[in-house]
Amino acid sequence: MKQVLVMLAVVLTSCSLLHAEVTGQEPSYGDRLVVGTIGEPTVLIPMLASDSASHDVSGLCYNGLLKYDTDLTLIGDLAESWEVSADGRIITFHLRKNVRWEDGVEFTARDVEFGFNTIVNPETPTAYAEDFRQVVKFEILDSYTFKVTYEKPFSPALTSWGNLIVLPRHLLEGKNITKNDLTRKPLSLGPFSFREWSAGEKIVLQANKTYFEGRPYLDSYIYRFIPDGATLFLELQAGNIDLMSLTPLQYTRQTDSEYFKTHFQKFRYPQFTYVYMAFNFLHPWFQDKRVRQAIAHAIDKQEIIDGVLLGLGEQATGPYVPNTWPYNPNVKKYDFNLEKARELLSQAGWRDTDGDGILDRDGKPFEFSVLVGMGNSVRLNTATIIQWRLQQIGIKMNIRVLEWSTLINEFIDKRRFEAIILGWSIGLDPDQYDIWHSSKTGEKQLNFISYKNPEVDLLLEQGRRVFALEERKKIYYRLQEILAEDVPYIFLYVPSSLPIVSSRIQNIQPAPIGISYNLPKWFVPKKLQKNTPVP
Amino acid sequence: MVRAKKTPKKHTGALTAMLIHLAKRLLAMLPVVIGVTLISFLIIHLAPGKPTDVMTELNPKITPEARARLEKYYGLDKPIMVQYGLWLKRIALFDFGNSFSSDSRPVIDKIWDQKQPLLDRRLSVTVIINLVSMLLIIAIAIPAGVYSATRPYSFGDRVSTVIVFIGFATPAFWLSLLMMMLFSVKLGWLPISGLKSLTYAAMGPWEQVLDKTLHLVLPVFVSAFGGIAGMSRYMRSSMIEAMGNDYITTARSKGLSERTVIYKHALRNALLPLVTILGLSIPGLIGGSVIFETIFGIPGMGQLSYQAIMTRDYPVVMGILTISAFLTMLGNLAADICYAFVDPRIRVK
Repeated sequence: MKQVLVMLAVVLTSCSLLHAEVTGQEPSYGDRLVVGTIGEPTVLIPMLASDSASHDVSGLCYNGLLKYDTDLTLIGDLAESWEVSADGRIITFHLRKNVRWEDGVEFTARDVEFGFNTIVNPETPTAYAEDFRQVVKFEILDSYTFKVTYEKPFSPALTSWGNLIVLPRHLLEGKNITKNDLTRKPLSLGPFSFREWSAGEKIVLQANKTYFEGRPYLDSYIYRFIPDGATLFLELQAGNIDLMSLTPLQYTRQTDSEYFKTHFQKFRYPQFTYVYMAFNFLHPWFQDKRVRQAIAHAIDKQEIIDGVLLGLGEQATGPYVPNTWPYNPNVKKYDFNLEKARELLSQAGWRDTDGDGILDRDGKPFEFSVLVGMGNSVRLNTATIIQWRLQQIGIKMNIRVLEWSTLINEFIDKRRFEAIILGWSIGLDPDQYDIWHSSKTGEKQLNFISYKNPEVDLLLEQGRRVFALEERKKIYYRLQEILAEDVPYIFLYVPSSLPIVSSRIQNIQPAPIGISYNLPKWFVPKKLQKNTPVP
Repeated sequence: MVRAKKTPKKHTGALTAMLIHLAKRLLAMLPVVIGVTLISFLIIHLAPGKPTDVMTELNPKITPEARARLEKYYGLDKPIMVQYGLWLKRIALFDFGNSFSSDSRPVIDKIWDQKQPLLDRRLSVTVIINLVSMLLIIAIAIPAGVYSATRPYSFGDRVSTVIVFIGFATPAFWLSLLMMMLFSVKLGWLPISGLKSLTYAAMGPWEQVLDKTLHLVLPVFVSAFGGIAGMSRYMRSSMIEAMGNDYITTARSKGLSERTVIYKHALRNALLPLVTILGLSIPGLIGGSVIFETIFGIPGMGQLSYQAIMTRDYPVVMGILTISAFLTMLGNLAADICYAFVDPRIRVK
């Protein structure tokens, strides 16, 4: 793990002169952080929200029972500790004592129980109930201890005990969860408390002076929504925004000036997503492994990264982020080799018999369509590069751009596609049962390519039954080996997160998990503070 | 040309007739509104995707039962005509329903939030910006058109023609970004986006007014820009046509000053077609709000409708469409009334 961190530290870049000059300063209280984003939160009760903006803001008001450490292992947050029974079916949580809601009421196991009952209630419109439905019994042992029993051991469930079920029972009991003041005005027990939400403009949070880990250094946190990306960037340039995410083009070119170098610090780390090209296994041509492998050999991943992401990404070799614990670096890799690709295709019976430059078999030319979602120019450009490379080995690939809902409802759900370029965001738990298990090929289910491999099924089942990290690691390492050999997807790249932060802000310590995990510890040295507190 | 003032009795008669006419027109709006909502309702439901997609699509944690539960929760499992019927029933009681987005707020609260000051509510923001930009269009386009028409093919006319064509050809979003770069980033005179500064709450009342005005300068200018170009062309041609009429020759031969000829005789007649065109431009202005409110980050109805359409938030989309349709028809009605005022020939007898 240490090695992993060192490697990452090399990848992460921080380039601020000012930053270098004043580091080592004493932390001081004051100033504010203005975060700029495109999306506006919809609701500030975590279990009801399905957009990242809502979770960004509510995550600063509600802590979870558990959280991820900088190296992506699970550690306690509101739960001081937890035990898993020998058979893996029972988890006992011990809560931190003396944690208080903003209004002075103590946070106890009763609050968690309330949150749990709310999320499993069929009347609650939430997308996160399934992990909690696996719980057959929820028992409170005392105010600070509770025990949950699962029917079968279910290790991915551990991560679900985050902030989804942390709610103030004393304010919500007996109320409709979707229609109460807390949806737009959370009561905090986290580092920041809610102050104001002006629809279409901003949300203002204020340092929670009674936060159990000590009040944050920053006085306030302002979340501004500006739907247009270009406008957002101009606001950054004018100094009205302290933090935003950059596009690769903004990162490499538009923020390359002296002005940006002195006034901002840029960071870079892998996003928890990967982009892939998937084949439909119901299509006879793609059932042949050699064909899939041939296409893998004809794609130069680095060329795509350099071309469409301006180099700001990493090659993907499997469904995990490089340098995280489930990631297996030693799987079969397909070097860019057009000769080898041609050879494999020829073995599979694809030859150019009529001399038109396109391979054929049984009188049919090798021509297929790849589907791409509309408005995603990065993926469209990826498809174009692949199209050009496949042409060189005699495969004609057409690109079809489709509006997102049409793509999902009319093509993916109905299995009407040959190949597709899509991305998955990767949860922090390595369980991938829903994506690869052969039982998940039904309508609307996520193994939409209809991939079936008995060993993969077995591994996926085992993986969610064991808790020990080393054991799980072995299972998921093997899973990646099989996926690399079988090539159900061609894993293309993991794009980078590219946040930029004003150089006033100190003590940002990039880690594999990102930068915002220690936000309460960020500060602005007294002499750099420019904003008077918001009244 | 001058209205009948001598006989008050006749005047009240005309007024009653006018009111009856108005009432008839208002009543006639009802079937149109219903027609508009029916078509809109069908179209947005025909578009692929559902409001629950945000939560359920490609989400590993969703089972088919959970999906069905969510669809039932939002009433999406019923046939579309039943859904429309239910919507219409609620709308008859002025209830726009609750948003399908995860905040489940009443639609009316989103468009017309009673907790906000009157001028900060989304509908007011959009209406105000559109009204101001309409006034700006009138204030600039009419003199510009008259200027060009009275000196056709002169240097000034050619310059204004060139400007007008540039105005026509300039995309609003591009112009907005250029203006932001110049006036906000380089010169620092105007704020870039939003409606208020972060320090707004700490300001005095006059500072607040100034702050908001400064925030509105660029959006109003951009939304009026295309309109000014178009309207000044209409004004020019309409004025040239009016200047060629016999009554202008008559006026001139009576020995009236050129000023009186132009402003009293020609301009009045040239304004008539403009009233119609202004009325017709209302839907375009409301539609334009979607674009500039998104670019400038202005919390108005246009921005809301953009978000609602993207997330298939049917009740909000329907609410906004109904209000926009109503506003458009109201605008046309206002144009008709103005018409009656400026042109006694079409006034009801």
